[in-house]
Amino acid sequence: MTSKGHIVGYGLFISVWACLLVLTGITIWVAGLHLGNFSTFAAMLIATLKASLVLWFFMHLKYEPPVFKVMALATIATLTVIVLMTFTDIWFR
Amino acid sequence: MGAKFGMWLFLFTEVLLFGGMFLLYSVFRSRFPLDFHKGAEELNLTLGTVNTVVLLTSSLSMAVAITAMQKGAARLSLCMQGTTVVLAGAFLVNKYFEWTAKISHGIYPGSEHMANLPHGEILFYSLYYVMTGLHGLHVIIGLIVIVFMMRFTLNGAVNQGDYIKLENSGLYWHLVDLVWIYLFPLFYLIT
Amino acid sequence: MSENTSYLVSTGKRRGIAAWIFSTDHKRIGVLYLVSLISFFLAGVSLGVLMRLELIAPGKTIMEAQSYNATFTVHGVIMIFLFIIPGIPAALGNFILPLQLGARDVAFPRLNLLSWWIYITGAGLAVLALFGGSGPPDTGWTFYAPYSIKTSTNVTLALFAAFVLGFSSILTGLNFVTTIHRLRAPGMKWFRMPLFPWSLYATGWVQILATPILGITLLMLIFERKFGVGFFDPSKGGDPILYEHMFWIYSHPAVYIMILPAMGIISEIFPTFSKKTVFGYSFIVFSTLSIAGLGYLVWGHHMFTSGMSDTARWIFSLLTFLVAVPSGIKVFNWVATMYRGSVANDSPLLFAMAFIFLFSIGGLTGLINGALSTNVQIHGTSFVVGHFHYVMFGGTGVAMFAGLHYWFPKITGRMYSETAARVSCLLLFVGFNTLYFPMLIMGWLGMPRRYYDYLPVFHKWHLTSTVGSWIVALSIIIMVLNLIWSARKGTPAGANPWGGRTLEWSIPSPPPVENFIEIPKVRRGAYEARERG
Repeated sequence: MTSKGHIVGYGLFISVWACLLVLTGITIWVAGLHLGNFSTFAAMLIATLKASLVLWFFMHLKYEPPVFKVMALATIATLTVIVLMTFTDIWFR
Repeated sequence: MGAKFGMWLFLFTEVLLFGGMFLLYSVFRSRFPLDFHKGAEELNLTLGTVNTVVLLTSSLSMAVAITAMQKGAARLSLCMQGTTVVLAGAFLVNKYFEWTAKISHGIYPGSEHMANLPHGEILFYSLYYVMTGLHGLHVIIGLIVIVFMMRFTLNGAVNQGDYIKLENSGLYWHLVDLVWIYLFPLFYLIT
Repeated sequence: MSENTSYLVSTGKRRGIAAWIFSTDHKRIGVLYLVSLISFFLAGVSLGVLMRLELIAPGKTIMEAQSYNATFTVHGVIMIFLFIIPGIPAALGNFILPLQLGARDVAFPRLNLLSWWIYITGAGLAVLALFGGSGPPDTGWTFYAPYSIKTSTNVTLALFAAFVLGFSSILTGLNFVTTIHRLRAPGMKWFRMPLFPWSLYATGWVQILATPILGITLLMLIFERKFGVGFFDPSKGGDPILYEHMFWIYSHPAVYIMILPAMGIISEIFPTFSKKTVFGYSFIVFSTLSIAGLGYLVWGHHMFTSGMSDTARWIFSLLTFLVAVPSGIKVFNWVATMYRGSVANDSPLLFAMAFIFLFSIGGLTGLINGALSTNVQIHGTSFVVGHFHYVMFGGTGVAMFAGLHYWFPKITGRMYSETAARVSCLLLFVGFNTLYFPMLIMGWLGMPRRYYDYLPVFHKWHLTSTVGSWIVALSIIIMVLNLIWSARKGTPAGANPWGGRTLEWSIPSPPPVENFIEIPKVRRGAYEARERG
C-alpha cells in the first residue's frame, strides 16, 4: 500500500542535475586555485551543497513528513559529534 | 510508507558505516597532509571527474524513472532504469581501469613498493582502496538491485499503484551517489 | 475458533520445528531467540565457572595460560555478542512489543525472521572460531591492536562472526523503531505508550546508528590482518589508539543497548506490583532518551590510560559524570513508584529490587572508574571486571530474569513455581555479591584483570569469589529448571495473573496468533487503571 506520493516533475530534476554539474565544475576549479587550508573547507562546503541537493530533491526529502527530516538531521549530527569528539584527542595529543 | 521509513533507517546505517571510514581518513589526513597531497596527484583526475558526472547522471535517470512510474509511463521508467544500470556499469569499468593501473605500478596494500613509501602515502593508498572498494561494492549491489527492478517493471510487480520497491531502490542508489560526492574531492582534489 | 488458537499451536502447512524456524510470527521468533540466548548464556556461564576454577588458587589449577586467555576471550564474546546485546530486545522485545502497542506484529515480520537467522549464522561462525586453525582467539573480546593483528589465533573468523551478528542487531533496531512509529494502536499517542516500548525505541536508535561503526572497525581489522592496510599499525604510520576509539565509539553505546531495555522492564514491573502508575513517567522517558544521546559522547572513558590527549580525557570524564544523572533519576522514580502503593512481593518484583541494588553498585563504581585520578589506579584491574559485571549481569541480566518471570505466564500460559523462583532469586543475590564484590576489593588492591596467575596476597579474595560463582551457577540452574519444567507442567495462568494495566494483559495467555481479535482503541495512559464499564 503506497500512499499517493508527491510527483516531482522531470524539469525540476534536470535543473537539479545541471546545478550538480556546475558545482562539480566549480569544485574542480577551486581546487586548482591552491588556496591551502581553505581548499579543504571549500571542497567540503561544495560537496555538502551537492549532497543537500541530492537529498532534498532526488531523494524527495523536501516532500517527506517532518519526521524524516528530523531523523536525517539526527544521523548527521551523530556522525559530526563522533568526529569532533575523536579530534579532541587527535588535535591535542 | 512503513517500507520507505525502514529504508531510510537502513540508509542511516550506511551513513555511519562510511562515516567511520571518513573518520579514519580525516585523522590520517590531518597527520600527513603532504603525503596525502602527493598521493592525490597520482590519481587520475579525468577518470575521477568522469565518474562523478556518470554517477550524478545516474541519479538523475533513477529519479526520472520513479516520476515516470508515478505517472504511469512504465516504458519511460524502464528505459531510465536501464540507463542507470548502464551508467553504473560505466562507473565500474572506469574504476577497474584506475585500479589495474595502480596495481600494475605495484601500488596495492601489502606490496613491496607500498612498504617503501612514506607512511602517509601508505595510508592514503590503503584508504583509497578500502573506501573506493567498499563504495564499488555498493555500486555493484545497486546495479543488481536495479536490474531486478527492471524485471519487476516488466512483469508488473512494480506498477503505478505500487512502486515502493522502485522508490526504495532509488533511495539506495542516491546514497551511493552521495558517498561518491564526498569521496571525489577528498581523494582527487586535494592537490 | 481459529482466531483464538494459541500461537503455540502450528496450524499452517509446516509442522514441528519447521513451523517455528520459518515462522514470521513475532511471538515465535521471540521464543526462538529466547531458547538460543539462554543456551549461549549457559555456555558463557560454564566458561565463567571454569575461569573462576582456574583462579581459585595461584598458579596453574586446571588449564595453561594460553587456554585461560582463550577462555576469557570466548566468555566475553559469547556473553556480549551472543547474549546481552541481542538479549532483552530480541527475546522479550520481539514477543511483548507488538502486544504492548496493540499491534498484530512488528513492521517487518520477514526481516525479523531474517535477523534471527543472521544471529544463528553469526553464532555458528563464532563457534567455528573455537576450533581448528591456531585455536580460539586470545585477545580479549576487545580485540585491541596491535596484538590482534599479530596473533595467529582464529581472530579473523571471530571478527567476521561479530560483523555478521551486527547485522542482526541493526535489523532488530530498524524493525522496532519503525514498529513504534507506525503500528501503535489508535489513540496510543507517544506519551500513552508504556515505558518498555520507549526503552526499545531509544535502544533501536542506538542499534541503528552505533552498530555500523563496529562493523567498519572489525572490517578494518580483518583487512589489517589479511592485507596489511596499516591503519592501526604504527610501523606504517597507523595508530592503535585509533582502533580503540573506533571500537569504543560503538561499544560504549552498546552498553546502553544492554541497559536501556533492562530499565524498560523494571519500569513495567514496579507499577504493576505497586498497583500504581509509575512515578514521573515523562522524566523516565526523557532520561531514557538522554542516556541514549549522551551515551555517544563518553566512550573515551575506556581509554583514559591509553595515551589520549589530556583535553580529551577531561572532556570525556565530565560527560561520563553527566550521563550518570538520568540513570540516578530513574532509580529514584522506581523507588518512588512503590511509595503508597499496594506492594505485592512476588518474584518479578524481588528480581526487580535485586536489580536496583546491584545496578546501583554498578553505577557508583562506574563513577569511580569515570574520575580521572581514580581511573589510573583501577584501570585494567579486577575492579573494572567487578564494575561491569554489576551493571551487565546484576543490571541487564537480573532485569532479564525479572522480565522472564513477569511475562512467563503470558508467553507460556502457565505459572512457574513461586518458591523455586524466590529461592533462585535469593541464591543469585547472595552468590552474586560473593562472586563480584571481592573483585572490587582486589582490583583496588592491585589485582590485574585477565591475569592467569597472581600474588598470594589476593588468594582469599579469589577463593571467596570462586565460591560465589558456584552459588550463582546453582541459582541459575534452579531458575532455568523451574522455568523449563513449568513451561510444560505449570498451573495454567489466566490472562492477567499480576493485575497489570498494559495491553498485553488484556489478551489471553498464551496469546492467539493474531494477538488481538479487534485492535484496541486507547483512551488512557499506559499505567492508569481501566475505566469502569
